[in-house]
Amino acid sequence: MTLTLSAEERAMAAGARGTAVAMAARILADTAALLGAERLIEVTSSHVDGCLYHGDSGVEFAERLAAEGGRVAVPTTLNVGALDLLHPGRVRFDPHRAAMARRLMAAYEALGCTPSWTCAPYQAGHRPKRGEHVAWGESNAVVFCNSVLGARTNRLGDFLDICAALCARAPYAGLHRDQDRRARIVVDASGLSERLRTTEAFYPVLGAWLGAEIGSAVAAITGMPRPIPEDRLKALGAAAASSGAVGLFHIVGVTPEAPDLATATGGEAPERRIALTPAMIRAARDRLSTAAAGTRRIDAVAVGSPHFSEEEFSELGRLLAGRRLAVPFYACTGRGVLRQIEASGLLATLTAAGVEIVTDTCVVVAPILPDSGGVLMTNSGKFAHYATPNTGFATIYGSLADCVASAVEGRIARDESLWQ
Amino acid sequence: MSAGSSHIVIAAKARVLIDGAAEGPLLRLVEPISFWGGVDPETGRLTDPRHPQHGVAIGGTVLALAATRGSSSSSAIMLELLRRGIGPAALLLGEPDAILALGVIVGREMGYPAIPVLALPAAAQALLPEGRLRIARGGAIAAA
Repeated sequence: MTLTLSAEERAMAAGARGTAVAMAARILADTAALLGAERLIEVTSSHVDGCLYHGDSGVEFAERLAAEGGRVAVPTTLNVGALDLLHPGRVRFDPHRAAMARRLMAAYEALGCTPSWTCAPYQAGHRPKRGEHVAWGESNAVVFCNSVLGARTNRLGDFLDICAALCARAPYAGLHRDQDRRARIVVDASGLSERLRTTEAFYPVLGAWLGAEIGSAVAAITGMPRPIPEDRLKALGAAAASSGAVGLFHIVGVTPEAPDLATATGGEAPERRIALTPAMIRAARDRLSTAAAGTRRIDAVAVGSPHFSEEEFSELGRLLAGRRLAVPFYACTGRGVLRQIEASGLLATLTAAGVEIVTDTCVVVAPILPDSGGVLMTNSGKFAHYATPNTGFATIYGSLADCVASAVEGRIARDESLWQ
Repeated sequence: MSAGSSHIVIAAKARVLIDGAAEGPLLRLVEPISFWGGVDPETGRLTDPRHPQHGVAIGGTVLALAATRGSSSSSAIMLELLRRGIGPAALLLGEPDAILALGVIVGREMGYPAIPVLALPAAAQALLPEGRLRIARGGAIAAA
């Protein structure tokens, strides 16, 4: 297969819309060719993950696009940066990194992106419609966009997202195409207890199991309750995109492209069928904890990966029930949700209990957690996956209720009965 | 190339994703790794404590990855390694992966040193000889 560009795309690559768009078009075309795509496809929105500081190269790239007059051609939201702009001092960077992280965020704003600074743009008003072709970065946002909204995007690497936004194009490959969206693996959850399947804490574990088991494949999960609250689907996808590279999952009877199993599989026989057992789920749960078995010590709690929604904050408020937290408790969220809980009065209640709100960034991408290290408890499959390599903390996974109970008591308290 | 090496044995012929010539010691990753969260962009060392080769530096190696996984920010780590001159000499990917190769494509646009990226299935990677490898333009891999 060879890549064929339209006349308009060739003109972009030749500089008809300026040197920034030309560079973006060349990068898009080179990547499309490498993926074996025959053409590019027009996209209607983008979510850009390149605004998180990893080193000066990313700043040089974004500032070059901005200096050359680059401007996004479609509505584009921004993922987290490496700074909490609303709570200065929250991120403990040296002066060079702090300055470069700020320059990077400014460069993406100069390119015309919306300063949303959230990894849950879909809960900040950015919700493309079913069947819409978009170009998103950030693995959890990608899997939510495909699976829950039914819009279509590949997992774009950093830099390709902004190139797509500048050109309003993406390589026509993978999850943009019908044939790559059908489930080839069927996972049956009906052998698990009803209680487990209807519990919040099950969803990150199911996601972690799924990603580790199937990598980047598309699965249809049967035997699940319906409907499933959006925050649970968000947690499932984020975990599956951390332990593996899942970009799309179907839940039969729940997600938009899976009204029934035959539709989810495109009417074809699956290549693999897997029946989930309680032992498989327990093993996946245990892999989310890197702290030694039997650990009682807790040094901090982190929630909000993906960024906490208003509903999740409400649940946190209910679980706290006026009690005070005994260890640092970080809740990461976007500034849109922060405004909502500020207006409702919930923010004041939570901060009085000791909850520390982190906006615009999160605790596994920037140095926020205490230098002392130790044991971090979380209800997020994604935090559980990345916290140990990125922060040095050992992790313990638990439900939000477990996290609150442990943080109030000052030692690990988990309800084990759920997992039996 | 020494005068006596006129009969070089080609160890493998890979599909070219990004063309180029390179030479370096073969480093096989025994398990997949996400470059973001798994490779330190300032040192080029593997930092994921769960990875069996934790602590090993990938700079200057012909880095063979049977499979890739994890974060789409891995392209940013690849770009930073190239800017600092501590990236691998070449990448051999078990399956074509747009994330790491993207870091190299962007690096080329930014004027950083480019490296060849080749697609070579895991089974073929397993047959490569240990030691230094030389990669020629067009995708031929030979013992150096």
